[in-house]
Amino acid sequence: MAEVTYLEAIREGITEEMERDQNVFCLGEDIGKYGGAFKVTEGLQDRFGEKRVIDTPISEAAIVGAAAGASHMGLRPVCEMQFIDFISCAYDMLTNYVATARYRAFLPCPMVVRGPSGGYVRGGPFHSQNPEAAFLHTPGLKIVYPATAEDAKGLIKSAIRDDDCVLFFEHKYLYRRVKGTMPAGDHVVPIGKARVAREGTDLSVITYAATVWKALEAAEELAKDGVSVEVIDLRTLLPMDDEAIVASVKKTNRALVVHEDTVTGGIAGEITARINELCFEWLDAPVRRVAAHDVPLPYAPTLEDFVLPQTSDIVRAARWMVAY
Amino acid sequence: MARIDVIMPQMGESIAEGTISRWIKKVGDAVKRDEPIFEISTDKVDAEIPSPTAGTLAEILVQEGQTVAVQTVVARIETEAGAVAAPAAGAPAGGTAAAAPAAVATPPAPAPSAPAAAAAPAAAPSTARPAPAPTPAGNGVESIEERLRRRSTPVVRKIAAEHGLDISSIPGTGMAGRVTKSDVIGYIEAGGAAAAAPAAAPVSAPAVAPAAAPAAAPPVAVPAGYPAADAWEGDTVEPWSRIRKLTAEHMIMSRRTSAHVATFFDIDYSRVAQLRAKKKAEYAARGVNLTFLAFIAKAVADSLRKHPTVNAAVGHETTILRRDINLGIAVALDWGLIVPVIKHADELSLLGLARSINDLAERARGKKLSPDEVQKGTFTITNPGVFGSTIGVPIINQPQVAILAVGTITKQPAVMTVDGVDSIGIRTMGMLSLSFDHRIVDGSDADKFMADVKKSIETFSEGAV
Repeated sequence: MAEVTYLEAIREGITEEMERDQNVFCLGEDIGKYGGAFKVTEGLQDRFGEKRVIDTPISEAAIVGAAAGASHMGLRPVCEMQFIDFISCAYDMLTNYVATARYRAFLPCPMVVRGPSGGYVRGGPFHSQNPEAAFLHTPGLKIVYPATAEDAKGLIKSAIRDDDCVLFFEHKYLYRRVKGTMPAGDHVVPIGKARVAREGTDLSVITYAATVWKALEAAEELAKDGVSVEVIDLRTLLPMDDEAIVASVKKTNRALVVHEDTVTGGIAGEITARINELCFEWLDAPVRRVAAHDVPLPYAPTLEDFVLPQTSDIVRAARWMVAY
Repeated sequence: MARIDVIMPQMGESIAEGTISRWIKKVGDAVKRDEPIFEISTDKVDAEIPSPTAGTLAEILVQEGQTVAVQTVVARIETEAGAVAAPAAGAPAGGTAAAAPAAVATPPAPAPSAPAAAAAPAAAPSTARPAPAPTPAGNGVESIEERLRRRSTPVVRKIAAEHGLDISSIPGTGMAGRVTKSDVIGYIEAGGAAAAAPAAAPVSAPAVAPAAAPAAAPPVAVPAGYPAADAWEGDTVEPWSRIRKLTAEHMIMSRRTSAHVATFFDIDYSRVAQLRAKKKAEYAARGVNLTFLAFIAKAVADSLRKHPTVNAAVGHETTILRRDINLGIAVALDWGLIVPVIKHADELSLLGLARSINDLAERARGKKLSPDEVQKGTFTITNPGVFGSTIGVPIINQPQVAILAVGTITKQPAVMTVDGVDSIGIRTMGMLSLSFDHRIVDGSDADKFMADVKKSIETFSEGAV
């Protein structure tokens, strides 16, 4: 089996689901003829036609609204946000309408909203965001954010099959840098289950998306000093896999939460609270966070590097915790 | 040549102290100007601190893990001839600072106007800059190190509580001497736990307290949630000794831990009394005092082999059946209680057991027990009968699951049946009681064990004496 990139893995997943289920269709800005800003949907319109791969006007609210209506009628829409930063234009649709529809009117919304997210690509403040925390607070939504090509495919397929709205964050830095060999057959990864990306005994780094790779690099470096780091890749942020987090913390007694999103109000705070509530007595050091500084992401490469969490930041925090 | 001070920089306006997390350079290392020489961590940032000057690191005054006030001199650098020091030592001066994160810091205010003095928990009021290194002030004011010393992490407190350990007696290797999980695990594995915790029912260990225990440890309140009485006028208030404190803690801990149940048996010691009278002189000639307790210990040791659940402990949702039978014998001292342990008691003859009991009791009173002689008991016998008590209901000696109390032994009238004829005779009688942990020992197990003990005392084989 040839290796495919993270981006191709998502395309494979969408293609397989469109073939499997006539009700699955895609909509978004420039996703048809042009194949999408990052070419995730390239070739899909030729294959499935204009009725199943729809180019929309530039209105995220309209895309999500149309998808919600279609999903009520039994279809399974896959919406693309050209950049996930603009999902905020559909915030009202998602939080007030979609997330509450099942509760209000017995109207499930089996739909996916996906889009390129994250920084490390010199994209500046409008094209580098990680807005997952804004939706973590909304009951009724599910949030998925894969770090590997295998998970990207397995999770997009699960997201499309899910009977509720799933926000599917794709990391654009990983699009073409990360590759994997897809398991044969119908490869589905369950939503809500974390993954142990590396086993270790001294400290758990709990993270997701691009920083999983930074954590793995840090683990490699720390291993040279005899520090054994476990890396937990959450994969799904909502519902969160508390069991996996607790199991790892009980094993290593130290938890370092890492994410690329800004620190204040970020998901790391929620994870820290859960650790305190569920396994405080197992801690041998305070839970710490490594995350982006609280500023709009700068364009300048040196400043972007400074603001976003880097491998060295993880190493330094880990050393401090192990010495604590 | 000159010596330039390296100071703890102020990494942010409201930061009053910083912890040295790592020395990147060692004493004697050559350093370039702006080359990182140590790492610090403060409430807000972690950073590498560049050298204020080129030269040789001559002295390290603050060790890794220590927390000191901002502006404290942490090291000195011997400059090469002619080298000029940067004006504000320790400042991440200029844009060249190799250590990127340091760039966030506001430069240390050169004027020692009022930097952080208020917030600095250092011993002395520290408006003056080089608050000399940390270490205990000795003036009754707690230093940062002393305060941190008593700090421990949740998992350490959990483990210490499970083993009845006093955290302040465990050597710490964490920052500022904090006791870490690996410290406490290492301490337990090295036998420290058992030494500090043989506690429980009748018990505790005087000579046994880890030597490292700081004599000056502040009186620590015992188990939380204990109502403390007020002293009334004219009352005498005696501070607790260590043995009293350990005993108190372990009694409460045991009561909270085990589901205590007790059972009582009348024992006819007439046969044992006869054997004892017959052999006493012979034993005395060999330097051993043959007591009733020796017979009881022998019967218990033999019966425990047949009833493993009574010779056990409770693990994490598991029952640990002890391979060895190590009998603890409670010994009352003028200053408290101690429970020396006879290892492999089931392998000793009556003579051997009697000798061990005499020997351990004597050395316990002379404070001559070694720590391993009060450890690893698997079952305990306590003897309130020597003071005339009819019988008692003892508290289990954790982590064991049963304790036998011996009541006073007296001559009593008893109904005897000989050849189908009842008559009243004078018998040597006494009671035994067993407190046991109903979590793992059911009533039937306890009573079958006690019935065996009763039987082996009442039919004690003369050949075994």
